[in-house]
Amino acid sequence: MRALFALLAIMIAMPVAAQQSVPPAPYAYRQLDDPVQEAEAQELMETLRCLKCQSQSIADSDAPMAGDMRHQVRIRIASGDSPEQVRGWLVERYGDYVSYEPVLSARTWPLFAVPAILVLVAGLLFWRRFRRRA
Amino acid sequence: MSWRLWVPLLLFSGFLGLAGYQLTQPKDDVVESRMVGRELPYFTLPPASLDRPGVDSRDFYDGRPKLLNIWASWCLPCIAEAPQLEALKEQGVEIVGVAIRDEPVDVMRFLTQHGNPYTRIGRDDLSEVQLGIGSSGVPETFVIDGKGVIRYQHIGDIREEHVPVLLEELRKAES
Amino acid sequence: MIAEIGLAALWLAAALAVLQLAGGLAALRAGENSDLAALTRPAAVLQGGLVAISFAMLLWLFAITDLSVKLVAMNSHTAKPLIFKLSGAWGNHEGSMLLWVTVMALAGALIAGIERRLPEKTMQATLAAQGFVALGFYAFLLLSSNPFERLPEPVIEGLGLNPLLQDIGLALHPPTLYFGYVGLSVAFSFAVGALLTRNVTPDFARAMRPWILGAWVFLTLGITAGSYWAYYELGWGGYWFWDPVENASLMPWLAATALLHSASVLASRDALRVWTIMLGVVAFSMSMLGTFLVRSGILTSVHAFAVDPERGSFILILLGLYIGGALLLFALRAGTISEGERFSIASREGALVVNNVMLSAILAVVLLGTLYPLLTEAFDVRVSVGPPYFNPVSAVFVFPMLAVMAVGPLLRWRRDSWSRISREMALTGALLLVALVIFGVVSQVALLPLLGLSFAIALGVASFLPLRGRNLRRVPIAVWGMVMAHFGVAVALLGMASESAFSTERLAALAEGERTSVGPWAVELQAVEPIAGPNWTAMAARMAVSYDDGEPIEIAPQSRNFWAPAQQTTESVLVTRWNGQLYAVVGSSSNDGRWQVRLWWKPLVTLIWYGGLLVALGGILALIGRVRTDLKRRAAVRKGAARRLEMEKVS
Repeated sequence: MRALFALLAIMIAMPVAAQQSVPPAPYAYRQLDDPVQEAEAQELMETLRCLKCQSQSIADSDAPMAGDMRHQVRIRIASGDSPEQVRGWLVERYGDYVSYEPVLSARTWPLFAVPAILVLVAGLLFWRRFRRRA
Repeated sequence: MSWRLWVPLLLFSGFLGLAGYQLTQPKDDVVESRMVGRELPYFTLPPASLDRPGVDSRDFYDGRPKLLNIWASWCLPCIAEAPQLEALKEQGVEIVGVAIRDEPVDVMRFLTQHGNPYTRIGRDDLSEVQLGIGSSGVPETFVIDGKGVIRYQHIGDIREEHVPVLLEELRKAES
Repeated sequence: MIAEIGLAALWLAAALAVLQLAGGLAALRAGENSDLAALTRPAAVLQGGLVAISFAMLLWLFAITDLSVKLVAMNSHTAKPLIFKLSGAWGNHEGSMLLWVTVMALAGALIAGIERRLPEKTMQATLAAQGFVALGFYAFLLLSSNPFERLPEPVIEGLGLNPLLQDIGLALHPPTLYFGYVGLSVAFSFAVGALLTRNVTPDFARAMRPWILGAWVFLTLGITAGSYWAYYELGWGGYWFWDPVENASLMPWLAATALLHSASVLASRDALRVWTIMLGVVAFSMSMLGTFLVRSGILTSVHAFAVDPERGSFILILLGLYIGGALLLFALRAGTISEGERFSIASREGALVVNNVMLSAILAVVLLGTLYPLLTEAFDVRVSVGPPYFNPVSAVFVFPMLAVMAVGPLLRWRRDSWSRISREMALTGALLLVALVIFGVVSQVALLPLLGLSFAIALGVASFLPLRGRNLRRVPIAVWGMVMAHFGVAVALLGMASESAFSTERLAALAEGERTSVGPWAVELQAVEPIAGPNWTAMAARMAVSYDDGEPIEIAPQSRNFWAPAQQTTESVLVTRWNGQLYAVVGSSSNDGRWQVRLWWKPLVTLIWYGGLLVALGGILALIGRVRTDLKRRAAVRKGAARRLEMEKVS
């Protein structure tokens, strides 16, 4: 199903993104030499939103801008930034929208409160229901 | 016991209200830059065309507000906004261009066809400036004041009705 | 003429749905013997026939490519192969709605025709609910999405010849989901009928169960197929993205899974009455909600299908009427329905309750994460909720559920003792512990995949334990179904965890003749050649790949350029071995003549979808088992009645 929608999206997006002759950024399709850093970068990229494609991470998009973002992530990781610093750099520019990993804040607390409440409710439910005879 | 039976209905009504409200809202898919009100990051871009110099972030510290136009020769809406950029230039606005992932040949062809309103055009092959100022597409236009601070972001192509808005923002950036 | 017949049949069907509703309501007011009530069942049966005619007409129009009909002109083309002409009938908003209502009316006809276990009053109420739901869809079709609309002038050629959409998978995927949704709508109608007549009995659960099982099988297949497709089609090796559209298909499945288990408690032990009713309502609301999210374009997803705010409002109104009405009824009535039998935690029911609560919690988490961006957008705040949220938060509930899944089927109904199954529990626990140590300490796998691997192995073994000490030939088919489905969950989990823990990726820029490697594979790019298809040109990268220095295999992934419409796609190549898949993609070339090559080695990844298939197979076995038991019971009842009659005659 998703493939269908992606195809439709490509069809819609295509006329705007006509032929771009410039090759992709160096680190858009190239891994870092250090496997530890590459693993960090990869894990981070899977949690960053491709801004052009709206509903894909930059780790699985062929959009040129996603490639440029991957390049930024890789060179920043390679220069010694931690993944969270890189995420912070992007969030500073695009807001929480760019990161698929919500952090606890005034705007996102229900995302964490509700599961916590669910755990409590589930616990209470079991306790009340089964305390009589086990 | 009985009040709990109403909880599902209550939650569902909340969802209905929210969804109904959102359906009436125009869908805007733009991602606004968080850099408005903050200083430009440091950057230097080589020229993207033969007849205009490249762009350096220090160019924006000369005391005069400017427009920073993110565009590309491969972008169709950029053709649509070319007359408006021309009109802004006529009004004495200084427009600095940043061409995203673009070859000089294509840039030159675009400028001969659709006019060249730019005083400088930088070549941003890696979207470095674009990412640096929180722009998420082409075209986008930023108002930068004389001290290198981003004051306003316009997303999408500039239509006729946007020209006075941009002029007003430039005037505000003057002070 | 054909289009007009189709439209007329649809109007007539709508009128019959009104009759069905009226008949059912009359039965509720004046008793099931009132004149109008006698018409309910015939109305449902006739309605099914009429909608089937209507849909057949639409198929016919697509088969002959009648270009005076707007829908055909927009979505078909004379040069299409027949199979894709036909699938074009439901590959669009109007046609898919007609398909939906067709399946729904046929389901209604079936229950009206054969279901006689329940008290007639409850059946009448159920059919009234069914008629009400169908009526909403008829209104939607006839008032705002008429599939039979004519064009003022026939066009010369149709628009729909996009080769990318001519895919057998794309043709079959949507109906699979609709069958699932419709099955849940039947369960919904049963729940409403039972609420209206306050008649929640084991018989009600038994009547509802085949529909839930069928729906669940279709949803399982739909999700499994959709996931595999995203995996091979999108070219990046991902199989699940927690995208709103994917979540929209997952939520009804979660609800249906919970409903399935609570219905079996109700059927066997007459407990969990209110809860089962609630889940019946929730499961259908999740499928309506999914339809709404996908078609209204309300969530930020470029994957929205046939987006139109007007349709969105219509679906939202239907959603409000159906679900709002049912929940109101629930709030008013559920208090008067008693909970049913009590039981202890160390019992089959106890385990099923834990399973239900966990599934509901997972459903709540997915629902929250999917809708939360919508909520914040109302306050002009945009956030993204993705895998880094869904994975760990749902895991909090998934792993306890898996633990219960391993133990629950071993327990007896009503009351059991832990000591009776202590050996099995010890075995499962030991397996879990050993796996945790091996993967955690020795291979240093990250937490979530580590738990996934260990639980998968423990559950995989534990799911067969219910068969221990039994004569395998006498084990009921439904039990085999349960074993199979639970084992399938373990298999799929093993695939996911292994993919996450052990995948290796290689991005390389290769010139012809250069070599690289990924995991145990050696890969040589031999040549890149242009090839042409009917409406595309492609660069095909001929590669020789060999596993562990074995015999090289030749593969040729392509980067395709279509010209009408102009678009670029990557055609990945998968090399499947028993222990995993090699995934190869070729991208564009750089200025120095090198080609971008993306390679992945994904150990055991295929288990994800084999697991899904096993789960569906388990559902099918359970369905066969239940239906056979029902038929036997029905035959026995008939025989008993006949004998009683004879006895009366004799005396």
